[in-house]
Amino acid sequence: MSEQKGFSGKNVSEVTVESIRRGDITLDDVRIHPETLAKQAQVARDNGNPQLAENFLRAAELTSLSDELVMGYYDALRPGRSTPTQLLEIAAELSKHGAEKNAELFRQAADVYARRGLAAK
Amino acid sequence: MTNKEPIGRFRFMNEQRVNLDGFATPAPELGLVAFNGLNDPKPSLIIRDNRIVEMDGRTESEFDSIDEFIARHGLDLSVAQEAMAIEDMDFARRLVDPNHSRADIVRLSSGMTPAKLAAVLSLLSAAELVIAMTKMRARRTPSNQAHVTNRSDDPLLLAADAATAAAFGFRELETTVPVAGDAPSNAVAVSIGAAVGSPGVLVQCSVEESAELALGMRGLVSYAETVSLYGTEQIFIDGDDTPWSKAFLTSAYASRGIKMRVTSGGGSEALMGGAEKCSMFYLEARCVALARAIGAQGVQNGGIDSAAVAGAVPGGVRSLMAENVMVMLRNLEACTGNDALMSESDVRRTSRTHPIFIGGSDFINSGFGSIQRYDNMFGPSQWNSEDIDDFLAMQRDWGVDGGLRTADEVEVERLRRRATEAVTAVYSWLGLGDFSQEWAEEAIDAAGSKDISSGDLMLPLTAARTIMETNVTMLDVIAALAENGFDLEAQRCLDMLKARVAGDYLQTSAIFDEQMNVLSLVTDPNEYSGPGTGYQPSSARQTEIDTIRQQRSVSDLRTEQQSFANKNIFATGAAETSYDPRDVVIGVSPATGKDIWVTLSGLSLADAISEVLAGLEEEGCTGRIVRINDTLDLGMIGLTAARLSGSGVSVGLQAKGTALIHRRDLAPLANLELYSVAPTITRELYRMMGINAGRHAKGATPEPVRNPYSDEAIEARYHTKVVSLVAIERECVNSNGPEVMELR
Repeated sequence: MSEQKGFSGKNVSEVTVESIRRGDITLDDVRIHPETLAKQAQVARDNGNPQLAENFLRAAELTSLSDELVMGYYDALRPGRSTPTQLLEIAAELSKHGAEKNAELFRQAADVYARRGLAAK
Repeated sequence: MTNKEPIGRFRFMNEQRVNLDGFATPAPELGLVAFNGLNDPKPSLIIRDNRIVEMDGRTESEFDSIDEFIARHGLDLSVAQEAMAIEDMDFARRLVDPNHSRADIVRLSSGMTPAKLAAVLSLLSAAELVIAMTKMRARRTPSNQAHVTNRSDDPLLLAADAATAAAFGFRELETTVPVAGDAPSNAVAVSIGAAVGSPGVLVQCSVEESAELALGMRGLVSYAETVSLYGTEQIFIDGDDTPWSKAFLTSAYASRGIKMRVTSGGGSEALMGGAEKCSMFYLEARCVALARAIGAQGVQNGGIDSAAVAGAVPGGVRSLMAENVMVMLRNLEACTGNDALMSESDVRRTSRTHPIFIGGSDFINSGFGSIQRYDNMFGPSQWNSEDIDDFLAMQRDWGVDGGLRTADEVEVERLRRRATEAVTAVYSWLGLGDFSQEWAEEAIDAAGSKDISSGDLMLPLTAARTIMETNVTMLDVIAALAENGFDLEAQRCLDMLKARVAGDYLQTSAIFDEQMNVLSLVTDPNEYSGPGTGYQPSSARQTEIDTIRQQRSVSDLRTEQQSFANKNIFATGAAETSYDPRDVVIGVSPATGKDIWVTLSGLSLADAISEVLAGLEEEGCTGRIVRINDTLDLGMIGLTAARLSGSGVSVGLQAKGTALIHRRDLAPLANLELYSVAPTITRELYRMMGINAGRHAKGATPEPVRNPYSDEAIEARYHTKVVSLVAIERECVNSNGPEVMELR
């Protein structure tokens, strides 16, 4: 566990009450690293839950996106917010970030939303 | 129908609290039916080229967005054919058969459609659901969750109550707000309070989806639960989400290392008028399948806000529990409802919870209202602060671990004080607000927010705005705690942040124990396979369950009796047989004047005897106190006394207060009058006893005194004391002959 690194790459053992007090720590130091999520995905798969594993892999892709961007993408997927084209544009952006699993989610949404009337008019 | 007033028996029944509950005639067209809805499909699954082309009676082109997501993500196609081919009843039997492992059932369930699992689980009886829950829940060790809220979002009270809930053993605390804008302040206050109470307590602030995520990203909460799923597309959209947005939200939480579960629950679609003629249970089966499909680690269900809707129809309460078991079959964390109050009747609400309590779940309550009902901003819960002692007694009665423990009063007061001090320090340090000492003292003592008069109702909102505007994160809270000497709490809050880096608590059913070990499907798997297997409380935990604060030992009672000891009643010598026709012996038991001083009614034994003496005197008789040393049997005490009595009549009196009037020609177990319910015998009754004994001595036939009857559980209150007092009496029995006693 002491080998664990945060999103910033800082070893979590360097995160102490003292270092926080000194102002040496940012939220990125106590944020999960994508490699850790990939490892947790394997654990989930080994414990009979491939869907949880997929979720962790999608999450790993999202670690590098800012909070604002993640919240923005979430909003875009809510009903009636985006046209299928807009969803496909986001899918392309996600692909560019290497977030291929999330991009696929958006592509599926574009298709289903169009068919089920869930897209913005 | 006539307007005639119902007969008394029915007037009386109508007044009972259960009749405040609504009971609905099943209305399948409105979805007001627990199982077997009009539109519930027959289970079906057709796979072509590794793609589901038909599921539960709908072809691909007919799939709504929920079907679509489940079909594309939710089912394990490698086992689907095998699983769907199993007869419903066959699979139902496996759920209660120890020869079929949890692992195998979970494997097969992952290939079953919503309608298939609904069909299987509707076959289980209530008792079978208990066994299935025992066997199928993911985590071995059961646990519990508490609501911690109040009407004014009072940060001091929130922190004090969070610390209190942690002290009582809750491992997850859920707060929410009456004023949406207060949420960040509540999150901070409850997180601090939880850290004061115990290491490793998870904290959630239930608000709108985006707002909740934002709090999580700042580290101000450590899990999320208010991510609602619905079983019909229309209601899902009304909830302003789609399966895709929920899937993305689920990943968003995991991307920040934050535990989350989704919320669903039978009856919600009917309540919102969109059940599409399906049963509550089938729609919930869709939610649970979707929860698994989107990759959530767990589900809070069992009705939740719509539990009363399910409770209103036949079999509805059984369906609520079956929902929970379905979550377990999908290999997910089950947070098993018993949340929103579903009945005005204490009997019904206990009945609704009890099988789950017995079976054991990841969280028995997905919100035990640890605070006052009026302070519960989710609405009153199924279990509330007034029920904590009941719940602890139930754990003890059944030897069941429901996740709670007895908290010591002195320790709770210390924790509440420390929680208010910590919040005061942090809010002041971060410029969020200042609390008066009066406010803090009131919060420490308060049973609820109505006990607090010196609060500033605007403070939470100002604090919350400042948190958002100045971008306060958990790192700032930790620094503020440390700067103000709350090193222990700073470390505990930091440990919760570090847990996000490790990610082990993202796995199914994860909680932390007090040593910060993760207990989850992975680290603490439930491997129940029949009697003697599965979760067994450690001996330390069993002691915790067994040792409630109200229990008393014989030595406790002996000490209590000794505190009333005096020298006012004592033996003076051997008792002789009298030949005075006015002589009435008051035969007292062996512990009189030795170890027992107060009767069960709280009257001193000396006073009881004085009253009998006074009653005898009123009738012109002379009372003589004689201790019968060789028996504690009241009949024998009375008879022995009667044989010494010049009149042949006696009063027999056990030190615990039970009394009778006896006569020397009667059989030992017979008597003239019996005063059997010692806790209800008053001074006046002892006086009447003396009067009647005097009248018997004079050969009259007095009207017997009626024992007072009561509808209270006298036996529950006193039987444990009786056992102890009888044991004390028995120790005083000796072979000495009867002794005359003097009373001063």
